[in-house]
Amino acid sequence: MIHCFSVRGTRLVLDAHSQMLHEVDELVWALLCGGFTESGEAVRALGARYPAAEIAAALAEIEELRAQELLFAPDPHAGYEPPPPQVKALCLNVAHHCNLACRYCFAGAPETGEQLMTPEVARRAVDFLVTRSGGRRHVEIDFFGGEPLLNFPVIAETVAYARTRAAAAGKEVGFTVTTNGLLLTPEVRRFLLANRVNVVLSLDGRPEVHDRLRCTAGGRGSYRTVLPRIRQFVSDWEAWDGPRGYYYLRGTFTRHNLDFADDFRYLVGLGFTNISLEPVVALPDADYALREEDLPRVHREYERLADIYLELVRENAAVRFFHFELDLDEGSCLPKRLSGCGAGHAYLAVDAGGDLYPCHQFIGRREFVLGSVFAGELRSDLVESFRHAHVYSKEGCTDCWAKFLCSGGCHAHAVLESGSLLRPSRLGCATMRSRLQAALYVQAVNRMNS
Amino acid sequence: MGKHIRTINKRGLTRRKEVACGECQTSCQSACKTSCTVGNQVCLKEKKN
Repeated sequence: MIHCFSVRGTRLVLDAHSQMLHEVDELVWALLCGGFTESGEAVRALGARYPAAEIAAALAEIEELRAQELLFAPDPHAGYEPPPPQVKALCLNVAHHCNLACRYCFAGAPETGEQLMTPEVARRAVDFLVTRSGGRRHVEIDFFGGEPLLNFPVIAETVAYARTRAAAAGKEVGFTVTTNGLLLTPEVRRFLLANRVNVVLSLDGRPEVHDRLRCTAGGRGSYRTVLPRIRQFVSDWEAWDGPRGYYYLRGTFTRHNLDFADDFRYLVGLGFTNISLEPVVALPDADYALREEDLPRVHREYERLADIYLELVRENAAVRFFHFELDLDEGSCLPKRLSGCGAGHAYLAVDAGGDLYPCHQFIGRREFVLGSVFAGELRSDLVESFRHAHVYSKEGCTDCWAKFLCSGGCHAHAVLESGSLLRPSRLGCATMRSRLQAALYVQAVNRMNS
Repeated sequence: MGKHIRTINKRGLTRRKEVACGECQTSCQSACKTSCTVGNQVCLKEKKN
C-alpha cells in the first residue's frame, strides 16, 4: 500500500508496510497515481508528455523497489495476534483536584469530590507495577491529575519507593509529571531535576489563546501567573549540570486557534525549544471542539507549521516540535507500532482511591474500572477488548496508510466520539493524517538538505 | 538512488519486524498525552546496540 502526497511542490510516496519514504519526480508521480505498471499502457497514457524510454526507465525503478519490498511491500503482519497482557506503565492520578479550572479539561470534577492519593495507595500501585511487569526492565510512572503537584509529598515519596522497589527487582523506572506550572517552587524544581523526572508543562501559546480556556476557578486567565514559573523551570533545566529528564511544553489547540502554528512560533520566540501542540479531545457540542468543517484548515495549518518549523530550526537547531520528530530509521519496531499506547493492558491509570482504569482519560467512568491496586485480578473482558483493539481490528485502519504511525489512534477519543473502541474518531484520524504528512515532509526536507 | 526516485530513509521497518522487547517508552506517557503516536518513539534496544 502506498500513499502519494505533495507538500509545497515536493512529491512524496510513503510505502505504508515497509515505512520507506521516497521523493519522486513528476513522471513517477504520474505513473504511481495512475496505477500504471505496464509500459505499453503507460506510454499510451503519458507518451505525449514523456519519451517512451524515460517511461520505461521510471517503471524499471519502481519495479526494482517493488522487488526489494521497499514499494508495494506486503502487509507484514496479516493475522496479527497481540502479545499477552503485561503492564509496563502506570499513570497515577495523585491529585484528582486542580488549582485551575481549564474549560476543556477531561478530568472534570469527580462525583466523590476532590481527592488526593494517599502514600499507601501510591505504594500499592508501585508494587502492582513491579509485580505485573514481568520480565520488562524499563517501567514507567506518570504523575497526573488534576494538578499532580498539589500532592507533591506523595510524588516525592513514591519516586524514592519506586526506585528502591524497581532496583530490587532488577528494573529501571522512568518518571514523568504533567503540570500546569503553578506549584513549581524552588524545592519542587530541584527535586524534579535531581530525580531526572520528565516534565510536561501545560502552556497553550499566545496569552489570549492560553487565557481563553486555561482559567482560574474565578474565570481569570492563568497566563501571567504560570509563564514566569514555567520559564524559571526551563531556565533551571537548561543550566542543570548533570543527568536530567526531558521537558516539553504541551499546548492544546481548539477551533478557537486554528492558526496554532502562530502559537508554536510564539513559544519558540519566548525561548522554549521543546514544544508539543495537541488537538483538543472534546464532546462535539463544546464551542471549542474541532468540527468536520475545520479539517481543511487544520490540514493547511500543519503545512504552515512545517514551514515555520523548518525556518526556526535553521536559526536554532535545538528547536523541536514533538510530532515532527519521526525517526524514520531508528523508530519503533513493528510490534510496538501494532500495540500502540497499550491502554488497558500495558498502560493503566490509577485513580486517587486505587482503582485501575485503561488510561487517564477513562478515570471516573465506572464502567471502565478494571480492578484495584489492592486486589489481584483485573476484569479480563475489558483487558481483552483493549488488547484486541488494534489496526487489524479497528474500522478503517487496515486500509489506511497511516496505520503504522498512529497505531489506530486514541482509544479514549474513539469511545468518546463513536462509543466503540473499534471505531476510531473520524476527526482524530483526519487530524493525525494531516500531522503525519507534515511530519514526513519535514523529515524529507531535512534529509534532502543534509 | 535512481534518476526518478530518491529514497529518503535507509531502512524503514524491514529489519525491525520482530524486535518486540517492550522496553521503549509508552507512547501516550510522553509529551502527547491524548494522541497516540508511535512513529516518533525511539527504539531503546537499537539505540544501545
